[in-house]
Amino acid sequence: MGWFLLPFDNLLCIVLGISFTVGFSSLLVIVVPAVLGVSIGIRRLYMKSLLKVFEWATVRMERGAKEKNQHLYKPYSNGIIAKELSSLEQEIQELRASGTTLSSEPEFEMADIMYFCRRGVESIVDDEVTKRFSAQELESWNLLTRSNFNARHISLRLSVLWGLGLFIRYGFLLPLRVTLAASGIGLLVVLTTIVGFIPSGCENKPKNGGICVANHTTPIDVIILANDGCYSMVGQIHGGLIGVVQRAMVKSSPHIWFERSEVKDRHLVAERLSNHVADKTKHPILIFPEGTCINNTSVMMFKKGSFEIGCTVYPVAIKYDPRFGDAFWNSSKFGMVNYLLRMMSSWAIVCSVWYLPPMSREEGEDAVQFANRVKAAIATQGGLVDLLWDGGLKRGKVKNTFKEEQQKLYSKVLVGDQEDQGEDRPQEDEEEELEEGDQNEDRPLEDYTPRPLEDCSLRLQEEEEERGSETPMKDQ
Amino acid sequence: MGSRASTLLREEEIEEIKKETGFSHSQITRLYSRFTSLDKGENGTLSREDFQRIPELAINPLGDRIINAFFPEGEDQVNFRGFMRTLAHFRPIEDNEKNKDPIASEPLNSRSNKLLFAFRLYDLDRDDKISRDELLQVLRMMVGVNISDEQLGSIADRTIQEADQNGDNSISFNEFIKVGNVYILYIDIDIDI
Repeated sequence: MGWFLLPFDNLLCIVLGISFTVGFSSLLVIVVPAVLGVSIGIRRLYMKSLLKVFEWATVRMERGAKEKNQHLYKPYSNGIIAKELSSLEQEIQELRASGTTLSSEPEFEMADIMYFCRRGVESIVDDEVTKRFSAQELESWNLLTRSNFNARHISLRLSVLWGLGLFIRYGFLLPLRVTLAASGIGLLVVLTTIVGFIPSGCENKPKNGGICVANHTTPIDVIILANDGCYSMVGQIHGGLIGVVQRAMVKSSPHIWFERSEVKDRHLVAERLSNHVADKTKHPILIFPEGTCINNTSVMMFKKGSFEIGCTVYPVAIKYDPRFGDAFWNSSKFGMVNYLLRMMSSWAIVCSVWYLPPMSREEGEDAVQFANRVKAAIATQGGLVDLLWDGGLKRGKVKNTFKEEQQKLYSKVLVGDQEDQGEDRPQEDEEEELEEGDQNEDRPLEDYTPRPLEDCSLRLQEEEEERGSETPMKDQ
Repeated sequence: MGSRASTLLREEEIEEIKKETGFSHSQITRLYSRFTSLDKGENGTLSREDFQRIPELAINPLGDRIINAFFPEGEDQVNFRGFMRTLAHFRPIEDNEKNKDPIASEPLNSRSNKLLFAFRLYDLDRDDKISRDELLQVLRMMVGVNISDEQLGSIADRTIQEADQNGDNSISFNEFIKVGNVYILYIDIDIDI
């Protein structure tokens, strides 16, 4: 019965042969143009056809939902509530006016709690911060289970398509990319899942002796920027695979890696950064001032450390197209290996990189203001929401000083006449107090215009640094 | 973020919540997604820490009182029904609800229930009276350290004087209604789906 096994054997050979051929040729198709820097146009075709398929899938799901007379879960990208951004004082006046009260003097009304009550419940229903630390929701389904919220409405055809997608992604794309990655890491060049890469503003590329800042979404940001220029990295030394890569990188060009204990000493950090920048032969430093990965819908507070050094800053905006695969690394949910697996089994990682014109600190502008100016430029270019909240809120609690700011604003509404007494004090006294990190509880209410809830963080960032830092950076 | 959200909430439950709170189908699924995204422990209930993780709520001077309002007496966890029941107070009163049959049970978002919610933010011990101390407590929460004790005390006294009608130096629910009624619709939140 030997001949019975023969066709089977043959079949196995044929299958293996085909897969090897396919695999090898795709490797060639990818690696050769990449090395030569030439684009064949396969990527664009790939992306276009994928988008068409996604749209079709979403339409099918909507139809399926309608037939069953149920509702399709629609992600709401703009936030659930339309919030008006006016100051605390304006809102309280508005609240009091709604009751058509005749009293016009600043006084307490029992109804004032309704302002705080409403703001509080509004933030429970929807807030600006917590949603930045989880993956963005998509308008249309991209055939990945991980981004599907309407599993009930998948028809048979759609399931077949999904199965096909699964096979392509795990059976073809994943092994392909793993092979590339394995060989790549061996060569210290990690080509992973980058299929689309659209840079613009190439004339603004960072030069030696400067600092490049960008918004941070994933470790892949580094790869993408490194693709297009040489940088020196700044960061903490990690253990494991990343540590190996870090130590190896140091052998080829100077990077600034810190031990965990040194990170806390801002003086030391700033010194090393300044030294590196002063040396014109060294590459520009690449820094992510947010300090943590954000989900690419917004830019959060930039830590002022890198903006104090006083050299040219080259802002870079990086925006990923979420339709093909979500690049955001939710480090509290997924480890590195899990993340890489998800990356490599996505359809593609598509990102747009904009190199913005260089910026320097202006006269009379302090580090925080400069940082915010750069952040605003990056946010505008990338189409991201510009937030003043700290990315550290991903893991930590918000500081009490913000609440104290709210309380101060409200007190001003109640006892507004104290403000007149405050104005008699000479201007220099007030400025001095601020610089020394005034601990005095009885400080008179300064004359400033009340700002909306979110803006508090700007002012308080300054005050917090003055009060709380162990090694204060004194302005000479 | 709430990846299996709408599949875990059954249709019957949605209908029940709809009847109880008056929210629409899409509002309920949307809020359920929000509920699950806040529920870091993934056990179907929210604790006080889950609420405090919202930065904008943590910096609200009345944040703790508001969070408290979600939890039934003596409990530390709130499930989705309880969550929606409390949120229902903030739903705007629609025109077709204005002249409802008085025999039917009062909707959660009636004027009276809204006022009761606000009243309970003051009245911590639930004795149906806002004492001078309770008023001072709330005032102190709202102004922090910026106003002296004496000044705050006189503000409290003045407020009680204006609102108190039966001379017991505290504010009852009815007296509260008289001063608060014109403002109460300010707390309405329009959940725009």
